[in-house]
Amino acid sequence: MKFAVVVFPGSNCDHDAYYAAEHVLGQQAEFIWHKDASLKGADVVILPGGFAYGDYLRTGAIARFSPIMAEVKKFADAGGPVLGVCNGFQVLLEAGLLPGAMLRNRSVKFQCEQVLVKVEQTDTPFTSACRPGQVLKMPIAHGEGNYYAEPEVIARLDRNRQIVFRYTNAQGIPTDESNPNGSLANIAGLCNEQRNVVGLMPHPERACEMALGSVDGLILFESVIKSVSQGAVSNAEASAKAVAVAR
Amino acid sequence: MTVAADVLDRHGLTLDEYQRIVEALKREPTMTELGIFSVMWSEHCSYKSSRVHLKTLPTAGPRVLQGPGENAGAVDIGDGLAAVFKIESHNHPSFIEPYQGAATGVGGIIRDIFTMGARPIALLNSLRFGPLQDALVRRTFSGVVAGIAGYGNSIGIPTVGGEVAFDESYTGNPLVNVFCLGIAAHDDIIKGVASGAGNPVYYVGAKTGRDGIHGATMASAEFDDKSAEKRPAVQVGDPFMEKLLLEACLEVMKTDALVGIQDMGAAGLTCSTCEMGSRGGAGVDVDVSLVPQRETGMTPYEIMLSESQERMLMVVKRGREAEVERIFEKWDLHAVRVGEVTTDGKLRVRNRGEVVAEIPNRALTDDAPVYRRAMVEPAYIKEAQQLSLAALGKPVAADEAFARLLAAPTIASKRWVYRQYDHMVRTNTLVMPGMGAGVVRVKGTRRALAMSVDCNGRFVYLDPYAGAQLAVAEAARNVACAGGRPIGATNCLNFGNPEKPEIMWQFARAVEGMGAACRALDIPITGGNVSLYNETDGRAVLPTPVLGVVGVIDDADCVVQRGFRDEGDAIVLLGESLDELGGSEYLKTLHGIIRGVPPVLDLHREAALHEVLLEGAASGLIRSAQDCSEGGLAITIAECCIGTGLGARTDVSAVASAAGFSDVATLFGESASRVVVSVAAQREAELLAMAASAHLPARRLGAVGGKRVQIAIEGRMVIDQPLGEVERTWGTAIERYFERAKALA
Repeated sequence: MKFAVVVFPGSNCDHDAYYAAEHVLGQQAEFIWHKDASLKGADVVILPGGFAYGDYLRTGAIARFSPIMAEVKKFADAGGPVLGVCNGFQVLLEAGLLPGAMLRNRSVKFQCEQVLVKVEQTDTPFTSACRPGQVLKMPIAHGEGNYYAEPEVIARLDRNRQIVFRYTNAQGIPTDESNPNGSLANIAGLCNEQRNVVGLMPHPERACEMALGSVDGLILFESVIKSVSQGAVSNAEASAKAVAVAR
Repeated sequence: MTVAADVLDRHGLTLDEYQRIVEALKREPTMTELGIFSVMWSEHCSYKSSRVHLKTLPTAGPRVLQGPGENAGAVDIGDGLAAVFKIESHNHPSFIEPYQGAATGVGGIIRDIFTMGARPIALLNSLRFGPLQDALVRRTFSGVVAGIAGYGNSIGIPTVGGEVAFDESYTGNPLVNVFCLGIAAHDDIIKGVASGAGNPVYYVGAKTGRDGIHGATMASAEFDDKSAEKRPAVQVGDPFMEKLLLEACLEVMKTDALVGIQDMGAAGLTCSTCEMGSRGGAGVDVDVSLVPQRETGMTPYEIMLSESQERMLMVVKRGREAEVERIFEKWDLHAVRVGEVTTDGKLRVRNRGEVVAEIPNRALTDDAPVYRRAMVEPAYIKEAQQLSLAALGKPVAADEAFARLLAAPTIASKRWVYRQYDHMVRTNTLVMPGMGAGVVRVKGTRRALAMSVDCNGRFVYLDPYAGAQLAVAEAARNVACAGGRPIGATNCLNFGNPEKPEIMWQFARAVEGMGAACRALDIPITGGNVSLYNETDGRAVLPTPVLGVVGVIDDADCVVQRGFRDEGDAIVLLGESLDELGGSEYLKTLHGIIRGVPPVLDLHREAALHEVLLEGAASGLIRSAQDCSEGGLAITIAECCIGTGLGARTDVSAVASAAGFSDVATLFGESASRVVVSVAAQREAELLAMAASAHLPARRLGAVGGKRVQIAIEGRMVIDQPLGEVERTWGTAIERYFERAKALA
């Protein structure tokens, strides 16, 4: 299975995502430069963490204009699995592939630490191997992860079961103490309505080996490997091409 | 002479030095030339006061691939790889503008590492501030931490450890020392040389502005109440630009199209051109009108002296220009040809073709002035070394002293600091910050690297020779505790004004001590940095020669951490406790004094300790290890419990055997070369035997277990606190200073 790891100027978790896919999970991984015009036959697309374009304006605000984002959109529209991690999540928000926006953490500081998140939905390609309500330990590392959306958007996300991860305590209860950054409704991660695009602030790629403190992030990779190999998500690039031809 | 005295003064040059310039040029210098000489001959760039002393340090060894004199040192770590590392100070800018001063310090040291062809993988920092009660100190502290975080996090290099200490002497002059380590294949190491006449010289990176002009000169003078006016001499960092430069440079280096490369740090274009030329025995001819400029109307003087950040100078092999330019274009950077290498050994600066400066490179570098400055033992030393415990009155209860030490900012948890640093990016971090040495694995090998930066300025203040030795021993010990064999070091020597004979004496004695300790422990120093003039209104900081030690762990699965592991494990103290309290955190926190003589250090014993730690780590015998430093044995035992959910039941009578030992010295004395380890109960005898055969004292103190930190002496329970309370006291002390201030506001 082939993972495409998109590299924006300023991406800095690109190597970590690549390493997790290629070396920890034994899959094929390839870096895709943001100026490229093709995802090169990838089965899964990862938008990694970092500070794309320095994040001097708003996080992800410039990266969404990178040439590769048109391909990522096509891939997503065709049902291909896309995972945005941290800055990648912020890019997905700016690109309109997921709703809402990020504010600065309520501490007004960058925070790097292990957090707990509960898997709220297991019918996405990245959580299909999870137990409903499973609590995962993964690190966060961000200054702007305080998720915000209008109340009606939050209500809609809830109704459509698009809230995939919430910050919780070990019992899976979303308390204020377990919310590291002030995110509304303790939202740590979302999916789109089609459920194939998932974004989250915690870093699953940093939680794939016990030596690093947790292996709970593995299940996101295992889920998508399972989903793709079982055909639960289509070979999106092929369908994207078909869609394009049909148009 | 045609130059007015005030012009020389503004350039930090003496009349003598001016005459040397005239001799070197065989004529009067132009203003541009005067500016160039002034920055290259500043203390910061020339090491004119320190050079004679630094020459005595051990710098060679079988693993050393690159010693001092390059952008960074390099040592062999096996598997055909090198660890490339260096530490550097950014003290002066960080006081004037904490965020940008610290941020650009991080940027500068990272450039030094990737300039050598190495991929930076870890950062550490060694920080000193005044007491946190002071609002200005809190502002400086917050700003520095945010600046380090802002730069390191953005560029994606984890800050994996370090140290932070607090003392009044740093109130008006904080110390910000940043260490960076990178990995390179031996064959990929590239140097800062210019050679091959006719090879083009390229400039790449940020445009040049008027920021930072005379930054190096600023770092070579004391602070006074006009220091705020120097703010324009502090540069602004752009970590995104640096990230692009880092990736683009590493990509270009893979092509073999470069002859040499150097970053433009202190003294900017001036330093990079003349140093590269000098190292390569060549000349460099540049035209400043070709340099990309951010502002209009810049003079050659300003362009040559600007310290704008994120700029690199490269010498490219002739015929390979297009290849190099293409790679930079990929990263949206524009490499610009600004000159070429010549054969005449001169730095020639032109402006639209017209020569505005022409100076032999050697006059600026190797032939810069060297001073053997006057030295005299400071009068305070003999007096400060006197310590009478009786005069301090009746000691407070051990339990109370313990709690106050746990909350002392120098000892307390630094989570408030390192939570702001991305310490996990690159997925190599095996030991979290705040737990002793930083440890990162080296992907593609079985190895890991342990690294630690240490110095106790109080010890150095009381006895510079002994204090510097203790700094070496502590840094190496921290690395050995993690299971790493120390293989190289870098130093950052922070002192006051070297023109004062007392300061120069401190400096010289410290360097002597550092050299002796490094020789005894077989740790070569491959480079570093000297920061002098750390004074405000005539008062110097505690002399603070920070040592950064790097060690190799052959099997990354054998990393040892500080926390206890299992109920019932035996707690053993390796090393010997003496009746010592000199320079201790106890005296500072409980009595507000820095007095006495520093702990005695036996370097043979220290080396033996390291061998036991390494053997115990590699064989899996030692399950946890933590060195005894500030706060002594009692604090160390607490640190081993914190975060593990496990308490300790100990009786430390065995270490207090000598007559006349006070409880205070037993619990809080900071005797050197001691480590608290834990070992499975059934293997305790094995460990004691191993220590005995190394002639290392080792005594059982008790067992891991329960939910309390308990320390008894001869049956008397002297410290007994619930683990939760210990963790709260220690864990929230620094945050509480900010909360208290907020509550008052």
